[in-house]
Amino acid sequence: MNLEFSPEEIAFRDEVRTFIAENYPAELRGKQDEGDELSKEDFLSWHRVLHKKGWVAPAWPVEYGGTGWTATQRYIWSEETARADCIRLMPFGLTMVGPVIYTFGTPEQKAKFLPRILSGEDWWCQGYSEPGSGSDLASLRTRAVRDGDHYVVNGQKTWTTMAQHADWGFFLVRTDPDAKQQEGISFLLIDMKTPGVTVRPIITLGGEHEVNEVWLEDVRVPAENRVYEENKGWTCAKFLLAHERTGIAGVAASKRGVEKIKTIAMSESDGDRPLLANPFFRRKVAELEMDLTALEFTELRTLAGEAQGKGPGPESSLLKIKGSEIQQRITELALEAAGHYGAPYFRGFGEGDNEHPIGPDFAHRTAPVYFNTRKTTIYGGSNEIQRNIIAKMVLGL
Amino acid sequence: MDFNYTDTQDMLRDTLARFLADTYDFEARKKMIASDAGRDPGVWQALATELGILSAPFSEEQGGLGGGAIENMIMMEELGKVIAIEPYLQTVVIGGGALKAAGGALADAVIPEIIAGNVIIGFAYAEPQGRYDLANLTTTAKKDGAGYVLNGHKGVVYAAPWATHLLVSARTGGGQRDRGGVDLFLIDANLPGITRRDYPTVDGFRASEVYFENVSIPADAHLAGGIDLLEKIVDEATMAVCGEACGVTRKLHEGTLDYAKQRQQFGQPIGRFQVLQHRMADIFLEAEQIMSMTLMGTLKLDLPAAERKAAVSLAKAKVSRSAKFVGQNAIQTHGGIGITQELAIGHYFKRATMIEGQFGSADWHLDRFEQLTYPKA
Repeated sequence: MNLEFSPEEIAFRDEVRTFIAENYPAELRGKQDEGDELSKEDFLSWHRVLHKKGWVAPAWPVEYGGTGWTATQRYIWSEETARADCIRLMPFGLTMVGPVIYTFGTPEQKAKFLPRILSGEDWWCQGYSEPGSGSDLASLRTRAVRDGDHYVVNGQKTWTTMAQHADWGFFLVRTDPDAKQQEGISFLLIDMKTPGVTVRPIITLGGEHEVNEVWLEDVRVPAENRVYEENKGWTCAKFLLAHERTGIAGVAASKRGVEKIKTIAMSESDGDRPLLANPFFRRKVAELEMDLTALEFTELRTLAGEAQGKGPGPESSLLKIKGSEIQQRITELALEAAGHYGAPYFRGFGEGDNEHPIGPDFAHRTAPVYFNTRKTTIYGGSNEIQRNIIAKMVLGL
Repeated sequence: MDFNYTDTQDMLRDTLARFLADTYDFEARKKMIASDAGRDPGVWQALATELGILSAPFSEEQGGLGGGAIENMIMMEELGKVIAIEPYLQTVVIGGGALKAAGGALADAVIPEIIAGNVIIGFAYAEPQGRYDLANLTTTAKKDGAGYVLNGHKGVVYAAPWATHLLVSARTGGGQRDRGGVDLFLIDANLPGITRRDYPTVDGFRASEVYFENVSIPADAHLAGGIDLLEKIVDEATMAVCGEACGVTRKLHEGTLDYAKQRQQFGQPIGRFQVLQHRMADIFLEAEQIMSMTLMGTLKLDLPAAERKAAVSLAKAKVSRSAKFVGQNAIQTHGGIGITQELAIGHYFKRATMIEGQFGSADWHLDRFEQLTYPKA
């Protein structure tokens, strides 16, 4: 057991570092720092660069377009992309529906969808939550009725992230209303341009348009777009949720976040000293680093287990809980560092407002980002649900 | 000991609450915020003339109802319950408070205008480098003949876009962080040499960066009292904000409780789950303690400065912490819908968040409390 990188791993790290330095799109640089909203084109520009290099889906099996990297190499990759403050790729295709399709899909589905996920040609969204089905996802009521070689889908989904850009969505729908809740659900891939699909924006507290309502009215979906067996969609959903939870820890991005807080707190003055010299503030930053390191090494242990063939299990709930709490604490400290300048409200650049924001550069998005980041303990299975999972599945309570 | 309100105080609360219930629902507030001015001036005018309650904290000689800090607390609590964007804190509590304390011809002239609703005051005290230290000032007021010349930049001046007057802290002498040489001036907001950059705030208000460039101000704009007066009115303002927090967190508590009773998941209201019951209980505990600390601090505002400051700091530190707890847990209990603009709950959360840091964070106030009351090592 040791923590050293091998010479090969160090060479890999240098290769990655050089690649990012030379290929990360210039127009994206600094955008994360500002906390600004990113456009579809922003997301796709980095996605395409990685696709061209063959690095867009490191976790996928090689036969479907993965890199074949070891767990350590994947760790190095996420460290380096966070270190360079690269934007995160949209997870809906790459880390959500992609793995479902290569695990449960037909050869035709794999051939049709996987290459377009890799290339970024299709933008995916996730049709899971409904107004009446949040934490209790299995109570979902969107109906799909078989009609010849089609399903006719009716219902309403909500919190559908980035559906305004989506070409395709993966949906959980009820195909057997008489079966026990989890047993009557199927997993459908729906072309978002199909007649009857309507996307309506939901504006969140920071003023962002990130999530949407998706209304489905007599939407005809070819039966060949059902993944896995009819009424077995919950199997795909559970598989996907476990996958989503590991990615959700966001360790590398949070490390970068902590470093940013330190930089900010060195430049902000607190009387005759920098804010980082304020004993109360610095203690909170140190506590954050402590908890982040505990999370990091828990994730490394999980990854090591995965490398030995243990799939991500209910333990990944731990990563989701601690990861999301840490993300929130970072935004709290940023807002605190902004002091009075957390209050001015600006929508930021790229929305026709090219005026320089008020106060220090980092400050103008701290409050909206803080408000918005309350979502992390709610989405992907709320932290209450995650604790239930641990209690039941890990502790046997 | 008596924690009862007088009949007059109850009447004040009822009058305001009834008026706000009629005029200030969530939709009306949204409309005001979205308007060009960012407010409905008619509301302020109605508070002044129709209800006649802007006079509440002023003495009878000044044309007021003879109240003080308790009246301000009541007003702020009710305004907090509707997350009102009225400049009561800035104009009546702070501007009026400074004039009351300083007295003199300026007070005699301006207080009746505040009561009549003709005056709105922006409190230009914060500076970009100063954080919560009231004496950390680079804005200067230099003696110039009979008057002064003002130069500097004040940050995040709430209500400045609407203001007829500005209450400005500036240095008449001393170094950047000296307590000596700090003075207060009440000036016309439209004097030559004053420029503003206006913007909305995340909690629905309007504010400005205010720049002073060789602004000539008359000698009688000066309010006697220096840093001691500044600290006193900021302590009063701090307790008024705590009063507002009582109203804001009460609504967060009630709204979340209602939601927990009504929202069904797993075949029952989520309020049946023990983990949420305990959380609801904790929200309630924190909201109650906000009320307790607000009364404590408000009732101690007339004590000698050191005791007053210690009490206010302990109160605000607790209110900051509890407001954060209540706000965050209200949103978490609501789930996704809490993070949207659609429900009022999220807007209460935003205001609760900004209250946390207003006039000093929990850390800052705990530090001030320790400095004032614990033996030096």
